[in-house]
Amino acid sequence: MTDKLPQQDTAARDTSVPMVKAEGVHKSFGQVEVLKGIDLEVKPGEVFCLIGPSGSGKSTFLRCINHLEKINAGRLYVDGELVGYRQQGDKLYELRDREVAMKRRNIGMVFQRFNLFPHMTAVENVMEAPVQVKGMNKAEAKERAMQLLERVGLADRAGHYPSQLSGGQQQRVAIARALAMDPKLMLFDEPTSALDPELVGDVLDVMRDLAESGMTMVVVTHEMGFAREVGDSLVFMDGGVVVESGNPREVLTNPQHERTKSFLSKVL
Amino acid sequence: MTVDIDKTADPQGAPPAGPQAIKAIPVRHYGRYVSALIALAILAAILYAFSQGKINWQAVPDYFFDDRIMTGVGKTLLLTVLSMLIGIVGGIILAVMRLSKNPVTSAIAWFYIWFFRGTPVLVQLFVWFNLGLVFEYINLMPFYKDYWSNFMTPLLTALLGLGLNEAAYMAEICRAGLLSVDEGQTEAAHALGMSHGKTLRRIIIPQAMRVIVPPTGNEVINMLKTTSLVSAVQFSELFRYAQDIGQISGAPVEMYFLAAAWYLILTSVLSVGQYYIERYYARGSTRNLPPTPWQRVKGHLMSFSSRKVTA
Repeated sequence: MTDKLPQQDTAARDTSVPMVKAEGVHKSFGQVEVLKGIDLEVKPGEVFCLIGPSGSGKSTFLRCINHLEKINAGRLYVDGELVGYRQQGDKLYELRDREVAMKRRNIGMVFQRFNLFPHMTAVENVMEAPVQVKGMNKAEAKERAMQLLERVGLADRAGHYPSQLSGGQQQRVAIARALAMDPKLMLFDEPTSALDPELVGDVLDVMRDLAESGMTMVVVTHEMGFAREVGDSLVFMDGGVVVESGNPREVLTNPQHERTKSFLSKVL
Repeated sequence: MTVDIDKTADPQGAPPAGPQAIKAIPVRHYGRYVSALIALAILAAILYAFSQGKINWQAVPDYFFDDRIMTGVGKTLLLTVLSMLIGIVGGIILAVMRLSKNPVTSAIAWFYIWFFRGTPVLVQLFVWFNLGLVFEYINLMPFYKDYWSNFMTPLLTALLGLGLNEAAYMAEICRAGLLSVDEGQTEAAHALGMSHGKTLRRIIIPQAMRVIVPPTGNEVINMLKTTSLVSAVQFSELFRYAQDIGQISGAPVEMYFLAAAWYLILTSVLSVGQYYIERYYARGSTRNLPPTPWQRVKGHLMSFSSRKVTA
């Protein structure tokens, strides 16, 4: 965990195309409208933090980015490509499951409840997607998996099943598992919310290293310290809309909106 | 059942607070002694009653490994295995149909389960056996055509009757298993770019097996016993052979004992198999796998020897 991740080749990337772009994104569950028109842009290499009270729609928005939820209106682009649909002329075609799966390869996701595969050891969890999805041979995948586990400081736990690991260790394995697919975008859905306070630090350290390596990250979090220190942009959401956005240090220390002020006064 | 604790004990003699091990006088459960005595008395009465019957016990070992009995055991096992295979394959197909988003397949699976679970298996066996009364021929257009009576042999009757009935039960077991896996697992697999099929095969089914295996073990044991019903549709298996021998040798009750003993042996062997399969699928769900019976015996022996060393 102490050694830095290798620097990614961010210079070669076209920074004019936003990694994530949302235009008027709406999402309803039945009668309940959870997202009421979200507009935002995540630049490549950026650490983009989403904060807000529970029920504000921030996790739902995150899940829309890799099409775990279908949006009802608006447009959502990842790396310049429409999420979940293909546009021909003025018609939208739904993508087949296979095509959606192809696009998800490039987006890593880390869940609040880890969602490690409990019937596989840590190293098997990390190997699973490269072997099954990319068709990498097992020896190579294992070597890669061991390197990733080393990065998150868990090489000595490779043979352990998730139930034999602490929450913080499980979450670090989950990060390694997502990194194994070499994603260009990482989504974090409240990665530290289910952890003992003592274990939060280890996970945040891994995420900080990842940010320093130039990875584009969208992070839904309640860790204001992390947002202030590592974040490049911050969005405060409430009631399915973006209330305030900007540089995290400015928004967190000098919020403009009443709603933001009252939220921050409770969590800081 | 409350028993007074010993209040007369000298408070001076009470162990001082500290790391000293507690030496307390255990609570006496007098009720347990009484109920154990009653149970033993009833058991003795039943054993006595049987010892008074005119049972020719010698007939059981005499015929235990009789050729006909062995054939019967073989056929019972064969029927159990084949019917369970039909049941499991059919059950998986029905479970997937039932869970599919297609309303037609889902409704058909529902109807199948409703029908086959709602009618007695003995009635189903008789229906299969007697369909020849309403169908003269079986006609699978280009492939096969024959008289129904030639086609529907006792073995096929038994297999269809038991297997199709079992599929309805297995469908519900498989469905429960698939539903028991946390949705987060599907999401995690999808987020990694795995397809629906891969997610099902690599992630969902291995975890569902933990829920599916124990009731399936029960189903196998149940099936082994249910095969005794097929003697009603002229298929000879263990029970039928035992009955036949009983009538010829003039020891019918003894032959039923013999059959019961064989069923007990077979179900016991199956339970042991079930234990090991369950243990295999418990990987990762418990921190430490439960020891196998053999490991447990070894563990006890080790603890005895280590106790000697420390003593």
